[in-house]
Amino acid sequence: MEVLDRYEPLIDDFEAFREACERPLPSVVRVNTIKTDPETARGALEAEGIEVDPCAWHAGLFRLDTQPGANWPYYHGWLHGQEEVSAVPATVLDPDPGDRVWDACAAPGSKTTQLSALMDDRGLLVATDNNLGRISALRSNAERLGVTNVAITREDARNHSLKPWESKPYDAALVDVPCSCEGTIRKNPDTLEEWSLEHVEGIAGSQKGILRRAVQTVREGGHVVYSTCTFAPEENEAVLDHVLAEEPCRLVAFDLPLDHAPGVTEFEDRTFDESVRKAKRIYPHHNDTGGFFCAKLEVTG
Amino acid sequence: MTDTESEHDGQEFVRLPTGPDGRIHEDQPTRAEVLDWWSERFGIGRDFLEEFSYWEKGRGKVWAFHADTDSPVRVEGLGMSVLRTRGDHWKPTTNAVQRFGTRAEKNVIHLTREQAAAFVAGHDQEIPWDGDWGYLIATHDIAGETEPLGVGLYLHGELRSQIPKGRRRDL
Repeated sequence: MEVLDRYEPLIDDFEAFREACERPLPSVVRVNTIKTDPETARGALEAEGIEVDPCAWHAGLFRLDTQPGANWPYYHGWLHGQEEVSAVPATVLDPDPGDRVWDACAAPGSKTTQLSALMDDRGLLVATDNNLGRISALRSNAERLGVTNVAITREDARNHSLKPWESKPYDAALVDVPCSCEGTIRKNPDTLEEWSLEHVEGIAGSQKGILRRAVQTVREGGHVVYSTCTFAPEENEAVLDHVLAEEPCRLVAFDLPLDHAPGVTEFEDRTFDESVRKAKRIYPHHNDTGGFFCAKLEVTG
Repeated sequence: MTDTESEHDGQEFVRLPTGPDGRIHEDQPTRAEVLDWWSERFGIGRDFLEEFSYWEKGRGKVWAFHADTDSPVRVEGLGMSVLRTRGDHWKPTTNAVQRFGTRAEKNVIHLTREQAAAFVAGHDQEIPWDGDWGYLIATHDIAGETEPLGVGLYLHGELRSQIPKGRRRDL
């Protein structure tokens, strides 16, 4: 937990933040609208005696008083266990049915399947990961949830090829990168044991490469959402600052009906582009969730 | 290896041909045969299933994709694996039946909650049925709706659960 002390200058109520990080996380499911709707899914859960507490900001997210996997609606692919903040980036990207969309770091597929549901399972959704074991989890989640518009590729996202997809650019991309996962500490209390600044700086290098590739593959006027589950500015605002300088894109404002703080323009001895304030930081004490970072970019060339 | 043979290697997805002349191996199903099969076996309308493109990866493994691209394509997945066409009796997958089966109008066997629980746990059950033998869609009622559970093989008075091990649950 001492690792988190480096963020004290960034956080308004650091005591509340630390206390929240020590509490376990509630169990949350997302309703899969490819197969059902929130009202029907809620009825099915309550018929089994499972208490349902809908999240105020999203009609299809329920907090449950039990583990999500052992009930009839789950068996039917009506539900997917997904941390509440993990549902943020797909809702920010908000693709339309028929769009062409790339999910750059897709496995195990919580956000991929959510994107497909937002697309009404229509239009090309390319989901990329570089690990076969994780791709297997992605496939089984997608098929259980009834997703039929996803194409899965095994690649390093930094070198993603448009060739299999008629070499046409995407309308939108989701870049939910591998990160140091500090924000998952409530789910995985050991997550900070392996923490090192060297690891953070190293992983930030690949994050920059993946986000750059996403901007390159999206058409002018299309959107890219960048997200992490970490607090480290090296993996968040610094990545945005780098890509703003290297690729034709700008940060855009977006609404998020959850408590949050703006992106930070200074950390330790570094400063970042003023526009990174449009990104959003979600701390665990804000909404009793995990920690998260989310930014929305528009491609300008 | 010729280009045609390379399309057999099980690593590429090849779009099903529209007619018999486009087959790359002699038992490759055509798109029309796949649409006809769902319609004849389960009464699922062509108008719905025509929206998908159909692909083969490895002999007799058919995938449905709710988008399209140039064929062949070398990727890990393209939509959903929906049908096995090797052998005399084509077999739908659990996931396809769960996704498409709400539209089925025949060869559907409706189970009680108790029978449904045994079915998803992978058990075979003696259940009376006076329809066709072979692969059936098993359904039950949940939240006021009739929902497909998966595929059962009906033979000699017995419904044999075809739920894959990884999808079985004790509910």
